[in-house]
Amino acid sequence: MSLRDLTAAEQVAALAAGKVTSLELVDAHLAAVASDEVGAFLAVDPDRARARAREIDALPERPPLGGVPIGIKDALSTRDLVTTAGSRMLEGFRPVYTATCVQRLEDAGAIVVGKTNMDEFAMGSSTENSAYHPTRNPWDHTRVPGGSSGGSAAAVAQRQVPWSLGSDTGGSIRQPAALCGIVGMKPTYGAISRYGLIAFASSLDQVGPFARTVRDAALLLRHMVGRDPMDSTSLDMPEAIALPVASDLRGLRVGVVDELMGEGVEPGVRDAVGYALRMVEALGGTVVPVSLPTTPLGLATYYVLAPAECSSNLARFDGVRYGPVVDDDTLLDQYERTRGELFGPEVRRRIMLGTFALASGYYDQYYGRAQRVRTLIVREFSAAFDQVDLLASPTSPTVAFPLGARTADPYSMYLADVCTIPVSLAGLPAISIPCGLSGGLPVGLQLAGPAFSENRLLGAAHALEQALAFDTLPPGLVT
Amino acid sequence: MIDDSTVHHVARLARLRLAPDEEHVMGEELSGILEHIDVIRGMDVEGVPPTTHVIALENVLRPDEPRPGLSRDDALREARHVVDDGFGVPRMD
Repeated sequence: MSLRDLTAAEQVAALAAGKVTSLELVDAHLAAVASDEVGAFLAVDPDRARARAREIDALPERPPLGGVPIGIKDALSTRDLVTTAGSRMLEGFRPVYTATCVQRLEDAGAIVVGKTNMDEFAMGSSTENSAYHPTRNPWDHTRVPGGSSGGSAAAVAQRQVPWSLGSDTGGSIRQPAALCGIVGMKPTYGAISRYGLIAFASSLDQVGPFARTVRDAALLLRHMVGRDPMDSTSLDMPEAIALPVASDLRGLRVGVVDELMGEGVEPGVRDAVGYALRMVEALGGTVVPVSLPTTPLGLATYYVLAPAECSSNLARFDGVRYGPVVDDDTLLDQYERTRGELFGPEVRRRIMLGTFALASGYYDQYYGRAQRVRTLIVREFSAAFDQVDLLASPTSPTVAFPLGARTADPYSMYLADVCTIPVSLAGLPAISIPCGLSGGLPVGLQLAGPAFSENRLLGAAHALEQALAFDTLPPGLVT
Repeated sequence: MIDDSTVHHVARLARLRLAPDEEHVMGEELSGILEHIDVIRGMDVEGVPPTTHVIALENVLRPDEPRPGLSRDDALREARHVVDDGFGVPRMD
């Protein structure tokens, strides 16, 4: 058994027991990152990681996360460590501060080994929109890992790091977690500070963990949540994040969203999710159908609101203060050429769509209307949680698709997030856990709960995970 | 359907330089996406308030006390053109 086969919690325990040093752990994982067969990383800083490991190993008492390595999505700023958000627009950019959530993890003893690949500015569902290189799915190298946090998901599935951070706007943690056969969680809107997260759509963006077990995801979450004076949307959780211990689901009412189990969901995905739901019942929970009739409008609503917000957020990239610039004779020409030439096709498309939706004459028809439909979706979730404790659905309607299969048709790519977007619009916490295979590829089960129900979600996901006993080791991976 | 002149206008608003042939392709792609988005235009949202924030928060204020921001060196260190103590830009017409 290799050190890379230990879960993060097992690594923390081995460090505490003096069975291993942080430097040994970091070196074992850095070696796997160096032979990066899946293209999960954009930047690696071995010297910094090893120096930090030595520092922690020399401390009289180990910090709570002990000196365990972690991968960070390249959308999160890390002081002096190149951060590009997968874009040419930030090629070579070295942030002058570290994101609060990353800082909290470093303070708790996590060691950043590198920055993971992503769709440019988190816009995409396959990581193929990275301006640098695609990432491959560890389960089948001809397929995508999902996106936009595909690098973070692949790095964990490939056991290059035991855990990592992603960001989720419409499904960018949960969908790649599902496609790579690991756990991914998007907490309640506001649970984790976004200070230092390169903004995409601010009413939706949340940071969250990837891990191979629910317990590891909980451990990481525990050290990130809570109010940060640097992000006025951040909140204190009503209770601390607990490490899940539940072994049954007695008394838990799980609603299955009718609208997310029908047309468009692959039969193999439906079968694997159906198996997990029978397991919920076997563990003492009850499963009831729930209808959320506005859910099918989630995708359309999202593709007005998210591009509108991105067109505003990405206005800051003009080549003047950071990143490369395309020099020209006048400021306007310089702005237009820098943005036209350094943003990739999908980012240009979303900025255009969002600018259109906000433009005079179209605002009421698109943006104003989408904000109202969003209210209907929020209300529907709220009413559903009067009847049930958690909602279940597939995380993704399909398993991992082949590289290149959806790049020609933007809308076919957007459909990858049809199950995850409604939850995002309502700002609710949700987790994806692997629940089986279809055609040899992982299927994810999404569980969503009311705001701040993280402990309930983690507890149920943990109990189910034990019963499902999914093997997260991709075929052919030798650690 | 978004025509070429609308695309051109929106691109100017967004400060994005698109080549003429790109403008045409962009118009077709945006029109294709908007066809799917049009489902929300048929929804009855009379009297439904817009969502401005999913988790209700009161105005969030911090104490009105001075605190340091970025140093000038940090603020300028990633800029490609620095003139004296500021960001360098070409002329504004």
